[in-house]
Amino acid sequence: MAKATKSTSARRDAQAHIEMLRLETPFHPRLEALSQQNDWYTWAGYKAPLSLWDEELEYFAIRSQAALFDISPMVKYRIEGPDAEAFCNRLTLRDVAKLKPGRVHYTAWCDENGHVLDDGTLFRLSADRFRLCCQERHLPWLMDSAIGFDVEVEEETETIAGLALQGPTSFAVLRAAGLDGVERLKPFDLATFPHKRGTVTISRTGFTGDLGYELFVDARQALSLWDRLMEAGRVHGIRAIGYTALNRARIEAGFIVANADFVTAEHAVRADRVRMPDEIGLGWMVDREKGHFNGRRAILKAREKGALRHVLVGLEVEGNVPAEHAIVYHKGKREVGLVSAAIWSPTAKRNIAIASLDRPYGDTVTDDLWVEIYAMRELRYVKLMKRARVVERPFVKLARRSATPPGDF
Amino acid sequence: MTSFDDIVIGGGHNGLVAATVLAKAGRKVLVLEAEDETGGAARKHEFHPGFRVSSVAHVLNRLHPDVVKALELDRLGLTLEGRTMPTIALAPDAGPVVLRGAYGETVDGLSLSDAAGWAELRALLFRQVGVLKPLLARRAPDLEAMSLSEKLALGGVALSLRRLGKEGMRDFLRMLLMNVDDVTGEFVENDALRGLLAFDAVQGSHLGPRSPTSLIGLYFRLAGEIGGAEGGQMLPKGGMGAVIEAMHAAAERRGVTIRAKAPVSRILIEKGRAVGVVLADGEEIRARTVVSAINPRTTFADLVGPRELDTGFLRKILNVRMKGNVARLYLALDGVPSFAGVAADDHAGRLVIAPSSNAVENAFNPAKYGEFSPEPAMEIVLPSLSDPSLAPGGACVLSANVQFAPYALKGGWDKGKPKFLKAIVAQLERCAKGIGKTILASELLTPADIEARFRMPGGHWHHGELQPDQMLMSRPVFGAGGYDTPIDGLYLAGAGSHPGGGVSGVPGMNAARRVLAEK
Repeated sequence: MAKATKSTSARRDAQAHIEMLRLETPFHPRLEALSQQNDWYTWAGYKAPLSLWDEELEYFAIRSQAALFDISPMVKYRIEGPDAEAFCNRLTLRDVAKLKPGRVHYTAWCDENGHVLDDGTLFRLSADRFRLCCQERHLPWLMDSAIGFDVEVEEETETIAGLALQGPTSFAVLRAAGLDGVERLKPFDLATFPHKRGTVTISRTGFTGDLGYELFVDARQALSLWDRLMEAGRVHGIRAIGYTALNRARIEAGFIVANADFVTAEHAVRADRVRMPDEIGLGWMVDREKGHFNGRRAILKAREKGALRHVLVGLEVEGNVPAEHAIVYHKGKREVGLVSAAIWSPTAKRNIAIASLDRPYGDTVTDDLWVEIYAMRELRYVKLMKRARVVERPFVKLARRSATPPGDF
Repeated sequence: MTSFDDIVIGGGHNGLVAATVLAKAGRKVLVLEAEDETGGAARKHEFHPGFRVSSVAHVLNRLHPDVVKALELDRLGLTLEGRTMPTIALAPDAGPVVLRGAYGETVDGLSLSDAAGWAELRALLFRQVGVLKPLLARRAPDLEAMSLSEKLALGGVALSLRRLGKEGMRDFLRMLLMNVDDVTGEFVENDALRGLLAFDAVQGSHLGPRSPTSLIGLYFRLAGEIGGAEGGQMLPKGGMGAVIEAMHAAAERRGVTIRAKAPVSRILIEKGRAVGVVLADGEEIRARTVVSAINPRTTFADLVGPRELDTGFLRKILNVRMKGNVARLYLALDGVPSFAGVAADDHAGRLVIAPSSNAVENAFNPAKYGEFSPEPAMEIVLPSLSDPSLAPGGACVLSANVQFAPYALKGGWDKGKPKFLKAIVAQLERCAKGIGKTILASELLTPADIEARFRMPGGHWHHGELQPDQMLMSRPVFGAGGYDTPIDGLYLAGAGSHPGGGVSGVPGMNAARRVLAEK
């Protein structure tokens, strides 16, 4: 009897992860202490803040100070071995042979039908070691893709903690934290720096279109890194922020989010919801000269046959009411697409949107586009039919993002 | 150096057919065979001094008439006329049932009511097979882009379905995915006959007669014809070896270059297009197209390699079920055995040990769990009775397909094989008393042995289970179901492709036609 009780409790202990419906990231104790809003959402199974104290001011921390954002829930894989480059080249769209050690590139990967499975960043930590960061989990896909390659794939989402430090004073914060050499990092460079008894990997990357860095550290060193940055950043206006503020910055930068701006191939239930790279603005990644990669045949065939049906565009909408999830019309009548993300941009001072349109609209036919915005005004929808213009992304282009050496604000 | 239009990998019968059809259209064709001689699993094998046997395929029951015509095999010494042989469903206690003519046009050994039931069932099955037959002869319908002729052919299938009439169509749709045991039980009672039908339905597959869809195996069997006899079978003059000799001669007559002992180690691919092959000794041979008449998994996983394939496609290829369940038995006997109740002439027929449908199901059960059947079912022929050159005077060769022998035997075949052989001989003794004492030599090939000897992964003679999820456009996998593959210029032509295995020549012929249609 006693034995049975013991085994039951042991079993229950081993299942603690089931009871914990939302995991906490290694930075959670600090976020929780700062959270005045108690405004959380679920990001890939983790508890993450939408805002901590004031979403407006958090946004302005990104654009005028330094914003610290916990990216630990981002899915991370270590890809290592003699065939790591060949593996990544077959897996993803861009030419990984051109990605030098110490560099990062933004890429995407597809299934055999050429439909995008996810987009993400590929970090080349050394000649034969990579880190792939993305939105969705892909371990079975990566393991099956490893057949025939001398490569090891390991999920490190839980063991590696990540922070994004973004904003004009982000470099100043890092320098003040004693991370010497960060000034040499050009956009998409990465390097390793000592932290405590271990190291922190810092890349000049981010999701805001601003000057900024991403820091990856062993989860056990997470809190000490957080404290180090907050301490150093005090005089540089460092603030912890939530996703609402970051989302605004990323829309301004014109970045897309998987399963928000497009549906990934493994999530799509409806046959027409999947997208090829060319249909979500990622056609430029497809490198037809580099050799075989997943989806190559299908993508090239679709291009050749003119079978691409959608296009993702940036829109500028008249007025100042965000057109979120508005239907897009041609000549105010024909339904041609949907807005997936929209805000009034405080930095661009424009009403901007990211939309998916059915070709040829947005591709060759770009005139006379309208969006229909339903604005709820005291229990009544005010329907606004607003003119929309296809514009270049990013909507906000900041010189400080790419200036090297980085500005010391 | 000579340059070739097409390289055919594998000199099995499908490779020879594909090569000949291509060469007939004026192309320069090279066949590369890994072994010393062509013929694949149908080649002759001397397993004991003076005793020879056809390695795997030991009966001819589906060599397609179009293949015979295209290769002019009849003019090259292949005689198919008047050699149809009977099937004897052995029943040690009740006496055998003998099916004569084209799969039991007439039957001996049945009660009046069973004879009537069989006639009705046989007619029904052949009516339904008539709908499937064109599907099993042509390229599988291409769901994405159907040519006009394909649409017409599919329309023809729909039309023949209509021609069954309302009731017939309903019956067909009801029966199509049924198990063979339930279907035969509706018409006949005789155990030996039901056992035979059960065995013929599941032969070569990982199914028991009560497994859903097992009737399809019987449809497949009956869709074969030989010498004009639907569902018929024979050993041509000169045995199975004569078929391969005639095909080899047909290929050479059309100017096909055949190289033996030339195993391919790699298919050369440049910018997504197959441009030739590399042999095991490093020799590189280039051609416009490469036609692989070997196993599809070997073709993609080994010769093409994962790097030239999409993950999703490779995943599908590696998941094709192809673990064999049939062992091959060769016995050298010092005299012609005598099967109880079987007339002397009928010993030259096909002898099946499947005492009842239940007995076949019971034989299958252990195979699900990695064990061999303690009382296996068997298809036996004595080929030396039709071709005396196969054994010394007075002696006899026995060739049998023995089921079930799972590819991955629990505990391994090294230990299991002697025990399995004992079980087989005991089963033979029940039907042919004293046969054990006449055995001069024996060779038993388990699926693992067949895999090694004939380069058939899993030791599966269909190169992939022949079940609905692996048939038509899903054979071997969707994306390579129409003989063309994701690699431009690379075609599949073996039994792993639609319609499947057996010495039919259809995959080879259809693949060659596909190559010719595309350029």
